[in-house]
Amino acid sequence: MSAPTDLPVQALTAHRGPYFGRFGGRFVPEALVAALDELDREFTAAMADPAFTAELDHLHRTYSGRPSILTEAKRFAAHAGGARVLLKREDLNHTGSHKINNVLGQALLTKRMGKKRVIAETGAGQHGVATATAAALLDLDCVVYMGEEDTRRQALNVARMKLLGAEVIPVTAGSRTLKDAINEAMRDWVTNVADTHYLLGTVAGPHPFPTMVRDFHRIIGVEARQQVLDLVGRLPDVVVACVGGGSNAIGIFHAFLDDAGVALLGLEAGGDGVDTGRHASSITGGLPGVLHGNRTFVLQDEDGQTVESHSISAGLDYPGVGPEHSWLHEIGRATYEPVTDAEAMEAFRLLCRTEGIIPAIESAHALAGALRAGQRLGPDGVVLVNLSGRGDKDVDTAARWFGLVPDAEQAPEATEAGDR
Amino acid sequence: MSAHTRVGDVLADARAQGRAALVAYLPVGFPTVEDSVAACRALVEGGADIVEVGVPYSDPLMDGPVIQHAVEVALERGARPRDAFLAVRAVADAGAVPLVMTYWNLVDRYGVERFAADLADAGGAGLITPDLIPDEADEWFAAADKHDLDKVFLVAPSSTDERLLSTVRACRGFVYAASTMGVTGTRGTVGNAAEALVARTKAVTDLPVCVGLGVSNRAQAAEVAAFADGVIVGSAFVKVLADAPDRESGLDALRALAADLAAGVREGRTA
Repeated sequence: MSAPTDLPVQALTAHRGPYFGRFGGRFVPEALVAALDELDREFTAAMADPAFTAELDHLHRTYSGRPSILTEAKRFAAHAGGARVLLKREDLNHTGSHKINNVLGQALLTKRMGKKRVIAETGAGQHGVATATAAALLDLDCVVYMGEEDTRRQALNVARMKLLGAEVIPVTAGSRTLKDAINEAMRDWVTNVADTHYLLGTVAGPHPFPTMVRDFHRIIGVEARQQVLDLVGRLPDVVVACVGGGSNAIGIFHAFLDDAGVALLGLEAGGDGVDTGRHASSITGGLPGVLHGNRTFVLQDEDGQTVESHSISAGLDYPGVGPEHSWLHEIGRATYEPVTDAEAMEAFRLLCRTEGIIPAIESAHALAGALRAGQRLGPDGVVLVNLSGRGDKDVDTAARWFGLVPDAEQAPEATEAGDR
Repeated sequence: MSAHTRVGDVLADARAQGRAALVAYLPVGFPTVEDSVAACRALVEGGADIVEVGVPYSDPLMDGPVIQHAVEVALERGARPRDAFLAVRAVADAGAVPLVMTYWNLVDRYGVERFAADLADAGGAGLITPDLIPDEADEWFAAADKHDLDKVFLVAPSSTDERLLSTVRACRGFVYAASTMGVTGTRGTVGNAAEALVARTKAVTDLPVCVGLGVSNRAQAAEVAAFADGVIVGSAFVKVLADAPDRESGLDALRALAADLAAGVREGRTA
């Protein structure tokens, strides 16, 4: 878990795509290239424009509630080898997760580009809800693509998006889940690119999305790094985050990339276990390939067909991962390990019981990783965890998992997120 | 760029005859591998000059509902990328020029060099790559050059002049003009974006320019043939095959549609 010391570490934070090592790029129809070029130009110009960054900063402070606080989880830490466990509380943001950071940035960028319509993909609904929120705030038309399976499983989030004025389109193609929602959003974008921005929700997709989404989330790590220094007087030994597409993880990792003494640990969704084939651990269990516009680790069969992912956490249930993570894995700067559904749910329950915080099941994967990391480090260790989202949306799944609902036939194997 | 290729010859012959070429697409494996091979042969019998053999992919993000459905069926029934070479062989044996159209990850996984070698062995003339832009294609360039295969990239109405130029420079065989913004599928009108795009493309290259996305009938074929070197038809053929009650009537309907479109591409220049 310790970072290699012989790397040109100063260069790591400077990587801005299109490539991260051999990963990334733009594997897209030519019809989208002009829009990607425009987006790249506008994004670069906006981030150099004090008026744009001031407006985004204002929204962070007065709308989403930044800076998010740091909570020391002392009772939880007793189960983590006695190491200090510090929670970066992205769960306290407006809409309940880190997703709002990226959404506000891209929605402002949409206005700046003079476009009036945003489209988004969503799995569990968190990114869709965040996008619908920003669209309402900034008066943009909003269409959210969501796999038909997911609209059924996440009916409350569908209602939420509709309350916020968004149109939700169920996707009936393919496996009817997140990857198919992305395909459908890309089809919409290629058709309507003149007036529409595709507000992609993670650090995947073609350049500049991995870099842009990362930059809108890197505030997580920038804040947390200073907060840890203020509280502990030194940098953490390890920074821990869950990884689906990888946006919350890259958001908290990025500010630490050049801190060679700080280990970075990403936890992938292990589902029933990587050896069962039912998982969403793209780096641990996948192969390099091309999916959704970038070269990265992909869950695929021997022919290159995308394999369906499985996880109790809809937000991690994706067969690819952001290209920067693939690169950080390949150069050894970050370590990626799977956490099974069962381990994640144990960590979920532990945080509820010891700290009075119900985490998102996504974030519970990071908490399971924090337990591992703390046990490796012992009492002198300092573990920073990105608590990327809150668990309100997951109460139903958790209640079924732990048998808290009267319907006794809802065994864990039959939970909605478990039967993909 | 002006290399002598089979695709180039077919398009040049058509041009010499004062007509456009008919370029037909079908995915291998729909409704079965065997039937799709027969279907590709039927396209040639009906009058297709060039056949694009599609390779089914799990995430066909450039395709509309008709082709999506067909490739889903093909994958459910176990179609493999290598099955495309059976269709390629059948097209070549039937006397037309076969190309393969594929999303890039399938070639990437197969191995770019190995795919190119096997395609050339099967009698294939080249590849059309809808989600591979020349910027990402170095490995494919090397394999294509080694095996003397055509490289067909797409241009779109949104392509800047600069990108048009760099894309046509990377092409060999022809340039694929994606005439409307959007995914594959038949449309009521072809739209004048196509003609403008062809004119912009021809301004920067001597390569033939074929137009795809949206053509479904003889009148549209004639309309496009008036300004393009080739008329590409995909979804309309897939739909005919999907709607057929049985194999023989499907093949008959394919031949009939191909013949109708082949007549259309011969009408455009005098219409």
